[in-house]
Amino acid sequence: MNVVLAKSKSAVTAAPVQLDGIASIRIDGVSHEYRPPHGRPVQALEEISLEIRDREFLALLGPSGCGKSTLLYLIGGFLPITGGRITIGDRMVTEPGPDRGIVFQHFALFPWKTVRENVVYGLKKLGLRREDREQRAQAYIDLVKLTGFENSYPSQLSGGMKQRAALARTLAVDPTILLMDEPFGALDAQTRGLMQEELLSIWQRQRKTVVFVTHDVQEAVYLSERIAIMSARPGRIKEIVDCTFPQRGAALLKSPSFMEKVEYVWNVVRQEAIVAQTETAT
Amino acid sequence: MIDRAVRLSRYLPLILLAALWEALTRLGVVSDLVLPPFTSVMTSWFTLAENGTMFYHIGTSLIRGASGLGLAIAVGTTLGVLMAWVAPIRVVFRPLVQMFYPVPKSALIPLMMIWIGVGDASKIVVIFLGCMLPVTMSAFNGARGVDRVLIWSARSLGATRGEVLCEVIAPAALPDILAGIRTALALSFLLLVSSELLISRNGVGYLISNYGDAGIYTSMFAMVLTVSALGFAADRLYLAFMNRILAWRQ
Repeated sequence: MNVVLAKSKSAVTAAPVQLDGIASIRIDGVSHEYRPPHGRPVQALEEISLEIRDREFLALLGPSGCGKSTLLYLIGGFLPITGGRITIGDRMVTEPGPDRGIVFQHFALFPWKTVRENVVYGLKKLGLRREDREQRAQAYIDLVKLTGFENSYPSQLSGGMKQRAALARTLAVDPTILLMDEPFGALDAQTRGLMQEELLSIWQRQRKTVVFVTHDVQEAVYLSERIAIMSARPGRIKEIVDCTFPQRGAALLKSPSFMEKVEYVWNVVRQEAIVAQTETAT
Repeated sequence: MIDRAVRLSRYLPLILLAALWEALTRLGVVSDLVLPPFTSVMTSWFTLAENGTMFYHIGTSLIRGASGLGLAIAVGTTLGVLMAWVAPIRVVFRPLVQMFYPVPKSALIPLMMIWIGVGDASKIVVIFLGCMLPVTMSAFNGARGVDRVLIWSARSLGATRGEVLCEVIAPAALPDILAGIRTALALSFLLLVSSELLISRNGVGYLISNYGDAGIYTSMFAMVLTVSALGFAADRLYLAFMNRILAWRQ
């Protein structure tokens, strides 16, 4: 593992493009109106303000349809901001960029490319030389434990392996910010547990600002330092809960302080889930 | 061994049809003025193959077909993908494509002959126009259906909009495009032979109509069978090519 790490580190420093390191995200009174092709526009997000600190692991938690993914896509620059502004460091978000890597629930790997080709794609855009690209791609494929599957197509991989490949592709370009859209939501329980562990261990070694969207309370408490709980439509930030524990790892899951926190967050989210449900019912 | 037997058994209905054909004509149920016996047609085919004229005409036809189809694939794919992702192009071309889609393409044959003449060009243009529409529509539908997360992934990995078009949208639409080309391939044979039947100085369509006019039915049937076999072989070859290209789908 140490060898792998050393390899990936040297490859990382070889990158010509790097950003100033200030990876804090400021969300200032951001609104978003969703316009369906037919029908009335829907106010998906209303006046959201939130500050995500440099190298922080923040979870966006809320009932389905509260706009947490939409907020993530706005940070990513994928959707137009209809009101307010989002700044990263001192630059305003206007379009997607390699400083913000994203991992989607359904992996979004290029199905016509092998694992290696998927990982190399972003490295080509960085302008790396061929040998550097290959070396760095291999380092990240090893990092997510997909060694031996470099030449497999996504259709030949299990869900967990696809998500590892997607993670490798995103991490390889070394974004300062990692946006994760329910990344483990499509995985079975055991795989999800393993992936959570690995994400934590990767994050502890390569500190990045992580914005992690989930509707799983336990996952949010376990992984993140802070949880921003969102209210039902139109989405607002309802409460920010601090989740720092003296140490993470499997033992934490059974500790009383962890269970208390889960219980507390659950109660806040439950009220919103009830509101969301009655809204869809009417 | 069993595999091969299964594969061959698929052609059993064809063999039965040939046997039925032979029996009906030999027993006099069908007059050989209407339908010459299968074996006579085959004998005639070997004579035509031996003296070689058949291959000159086949070659001429295949060049016309390939030119028209090749142009249709190049233009149709480009147009379809651009229509899907560049709004002004969509606004201009979508109604045109939709309007011309249901027009029977063989109706263009006499028109093109008046406009361009009776040579190779008019036939190539007819095949091009006829085959372009299914390719355009399939490329358009395929490109429109691309999952947005693929596009977003590419953009966040540093791809520009133009790169996304070539590197994500086009390959993601490839299965649809290839299916559209298969339809166009069948259509190209149809248009090729029809346009040559009407007016031509060479090509398989010319041979068929020439033997028909001269009353040499065995040769005419031999050429009709040849065209069918060519169309079938082209489709099989294309299918193998398509499965190879789309191997990543499994």
